[in-house]
Amino acid sequence: MDYFLQQMINGLTLGGVYALVALGYTMVYGIIQLINFAHGEIFAAGGYLGVIFLSFLTANGFMEAHPGLGVALSLVLSMGYCAMLAMAVEKVAYKPLRQSSRLSVLLSALGMSIFLQNGLMLTQGVYDKAYPTEFTHGGFDLGAIRISYMQIGILAVTAILLVALNALVFKTRMGKAMRATAQDKVMSALVGISANRVISVTFAIGACLAAAAGIMVGLYYGSVRYDMGFVPGIKAFAAAVLGGIGNITGAMVGGLIIGMVEIMAAAYLPMGGQYKDVFAFVILIAVLYFMPTGIMGENVDDTRV
Amino acid sequence: MTRGSKVWLLFAMAMAWLFLLLWPLMGIHPDGTVSFADTFAVWWKIALAALCCFGLFRLSRAGVFDAAARPLSRLTQGVGRVYAASPKWMFLAPVCAFALAYPFFTDRYAQDVAVNVLVYVCLGLGLNVVVGLCGLLDLGYIAFYGVGAYTYALMSIHYGLSFWLCLPLCAAFAAVAGCLIGYPTLRMRGDYLAIVTLGFGEIVRIVINNWMSLTNGPNGILGIAPPSIVVPALKDGGLTFETVVMRQLSYMYYVILALAVFTVVAVRRLNFSRIGRAWEAIREDETAAELMGVDTFRFKLLAYAMGAVFGGLAGAFFAARMRFVSPESFTFIESAMVLAMVVLGGLGSIPGVILGALALVALPEVFRQFELYRMLVFGGVMAVMMLVRPEGLWPAARMGKRSDDEG
Amino acid sequence: MGATLLELRGVSAHYGRIQSLRQISLRVDEGEIVSIIGANGAGKSTTLMTICGIVKASAGDVLYQGASIRDVASDRLPGMGLCQVPEGRRIFPRLTVAENLEMGAFFRRDGDGIKKDMGLAFRLFPVLYERRTQKGGTLSGGEQQMLAIARALMSRPKMLLLDEPSLGLSPLFSQHIFKIIKDINEQQGTTILLVEQNANIALSLADRGYVLETGRVVMEDKASVLRANPEIKKAYLGG
Repeated sequence: MDYFLQQMINGLTLGGVYALVALGYTMVYGIIQLINFAHGEIFAAGGYLGVIFLSFLTANGFMEAHPGLGVALSLVLSMGYCAMLAMAVEKVAYKPLRQSSRLSVLLSALGMSIFLQNGLMLTQGVYDKAYPTEFTHGGFDLGAIRISYMQIGILAVTAILLVALNALVFKTRMGKAMRATAQDKVMSALVGISANRVISVTFAIGACLAAAAGIMVGLYYGSVRYDMGFVPGIKAFAAAVLGGIGNITGAMVGGLIIGMVEIMAAAYLPMGGQYKDVFAFVILIAVLYFMPTGIMGENVDDTRV
Repeated sequence: MTRGSKVWLLFAMAMAWLFLLLWPLMGIHPDGTVSFADTFAVWWKIALAALCCFGLFRLSRAGVFDAAARPLSRLTQGVGRVYAASPKWMFLAPVCAFALAYPFFTDRYAQDVAVNVLVYVCLGLGLNVVVGLCGLLDLGYIAFYGVGAYTYALMSIHYGLSFWLCLPLCAAFAAVAGCLIGYPTLRMRGDYLAIVTLGFGEIVRIVINNWMSLTNGPNGILGIAPPSIVVPALKDGGLTFETVVMRQLSYMYYVILALAVFTVVAVRRLNFSRIGRAWEAIREDETAAELMGVDTFRFKLLAYAMGAVFGGLAGAFFAARMRFVSPESFTFIESAMVLAMVVLGGLGSIPGVILGALALVALPEVFRQFELYRMLVFGGVMAVMMLVRPEGLWPAARMGKRSDDEG
Repeated sequence: MGATLLELRGVSAHYGRIQSLRQISLRVDEGEIVSIIGANGAGKSTTLMTICGIVKASAGDVLYQGASIRDVASDRLPGMGLCQVPEGRRIFPRLTVAENLEMGAFFRRDGDGIKKDMGLAFRLFPVLYERRTQKGGTLSGGEQQMLAIARALMSRPKMLLLDEPSLGLSPLFSQHIFKIIKDINEQQGTTILLVEQNANIALSLADRGYVLETGRVVMEDKASVLRANPEIKKAYLGG
């Protein structure tokens, strides 16, 4: 039982991370019907920026004095950077292709994904980059279960971000405009919503969430790699599809499910650990075959035939 | 501010944005220092290149190059007309002669490159059947390459079957794999098809990587037999047949050349057949094709299986040539590269795919010193091509006419 | 009537290679109600979409308040007082009634004014108040049409473009809608350009009318004159 609960916590933590990345995919697809292949690289960039800022602050003693503030600062700066990066990618590689075929923009996204990944490799090196993790050790025991402070931190940050996103999308003017644009692009233009601005904001928000996920993964595993975005990216997209593409709540739920399945399968199935990456792909294929609109329903522009 | 100067302001802002993106990656150091010099060193080179491109673009928009462009376009039109008017063998004959004589005047390195190009030509043409002719976006094509390679590897190691016997076997296995993967995925929407095929490609790779008992996992399979042919020989006054094992690279070159020619001919025949017509109809407008009575699912499955067959054959050759296979050769990036060849060369165009293979395999060899930047450039070029010339370097000649075609 | 608020000069537009509008010229003066009638596919909806920039004019010019809006982004027009209620209602299905209305006032910055206008909208259409927390997609056709009009009114438009407001509505409901349109014009002075299949109502409501046929303006006159015209009567008014 304890083992199960332990895995539950692990699954929840991983699921939260997938949910954060899945949101970026789902929001972008909901609004411009593009699978943003480069989103996984934004997640990786977030991880890198996190270690860059954290190492910098550690080296000049700031982290020792104010560890909490240091992490928060790194988080915010990394999110800001990734937002800028994602908006740049959108303006350069996607916006000019808005009238082109779906294949063209998909290939452009693929190209940008490879470009960004290699950009990270060239500027940051081919090897793993270690996170300063002196302050992440420790945890407490709940009976026979061990919950690390890191896990609590990840769960807390994820929860805060998801709540904030919900508030943004469902309560604010811009959030409603984002949803309106996703539902009917032409009509939203006719009421005065600038599609360009909404799209930029969508990319920026998705990137912020992915960046946070990247840092948390980096802190959790202690290092980042230039290609860390590829496989988690596909899994996060699988989560978005599972929940219903374009559906924000769906992406959160989908992420949690995929995280849970992965951890549980690795824990309980024989050979599960080696094949753990396969489960997300299998779920993706199964969902698309049996229930393409996902568990919570799609949220895309129904006016397009 | 005039429209013209506004564009330059945008350009300046873009360059500033680029610097801001570059600096944290290059200028903030883990030892607590910050620097701007190294970022600046990289940035100004990129900015200069961008400035030149942008400047040229603005100039051409303003019509500065029109005086030179007109005779140039007349020249290319003339060449195009000559090409269209002349009988095909006039161009094919020298090309064939060159291809056949190639190993005699080139060194090992050049032959190696040529073999690589030809393998990718086969792969590109196979993927072209799926993406170019039928319009199905496949991001996991390399899985069939892997199936073919591992099939021959296992057949050779465990049963000692000859390469030539295995070729149809590999084709069959690859076709089966194509049907297996195609069956669930081909009912899906276009963008989803892409990611699902990617997923399948990864699944195949992970399975190969972990199924130790069958595939020896990440260690790969060693000691695969190269192809051998039986040649007549005069010996001891009598005519005997002896087996020549084709270890030499130049022999392998001819094998892959034959395979490539076979692929070109086969794809061409398919393109001009009833099947090809059905594929084109599906590519252009699937709903309309369905309404006209085309069983779209069966034809899509056929396209997928056929594409897989060519991939499998190329895979068998790869295993025979390298004498060793491992899952590392069948990653997603390989799929992406083959796709790039097809798209950059020109979707659905056979000469385009060949050109694409040349560009993506031979060109990097020329720029060997920039090996580090190869993938970066590759990614960038893919994105840029979509902006600048999405129809590819040598676009396919459209078979029929569309109602909204110009002229 | 007042000065010319909207003018089209020789506007042509294409759907791919098919030319859907051929050198359309029309004008709407301030305070007027102008109707465009014509058969299906005559180009009526395309005209409105071209005015709003959703369809790009391939020739000619569109002038609003004397200035060309041909190259102005569609989303800036509500801010300039030009608002369209397109064909098929097109309310945002997964936003609530209240949220739909909020989107109508998206470009506005005056929170109090928006609240006041929402109150007015609910008073004008009480059923919307009842359903204010319901998702737009769950409303009936007639209710959606009311919502669409109320949403457009939230932008305090100087000019309203209405595309087939009576489509799919019962005759009683259509009457109701048209009365509201007439009131908006008379009480708030909003200029109206109305595209309608139902030529009877369109011409009885309007001051002037244009008849469109295969993308061309074939007739233009006072509405009363058009209604009396025997050809028009035969073609569009049921003999």
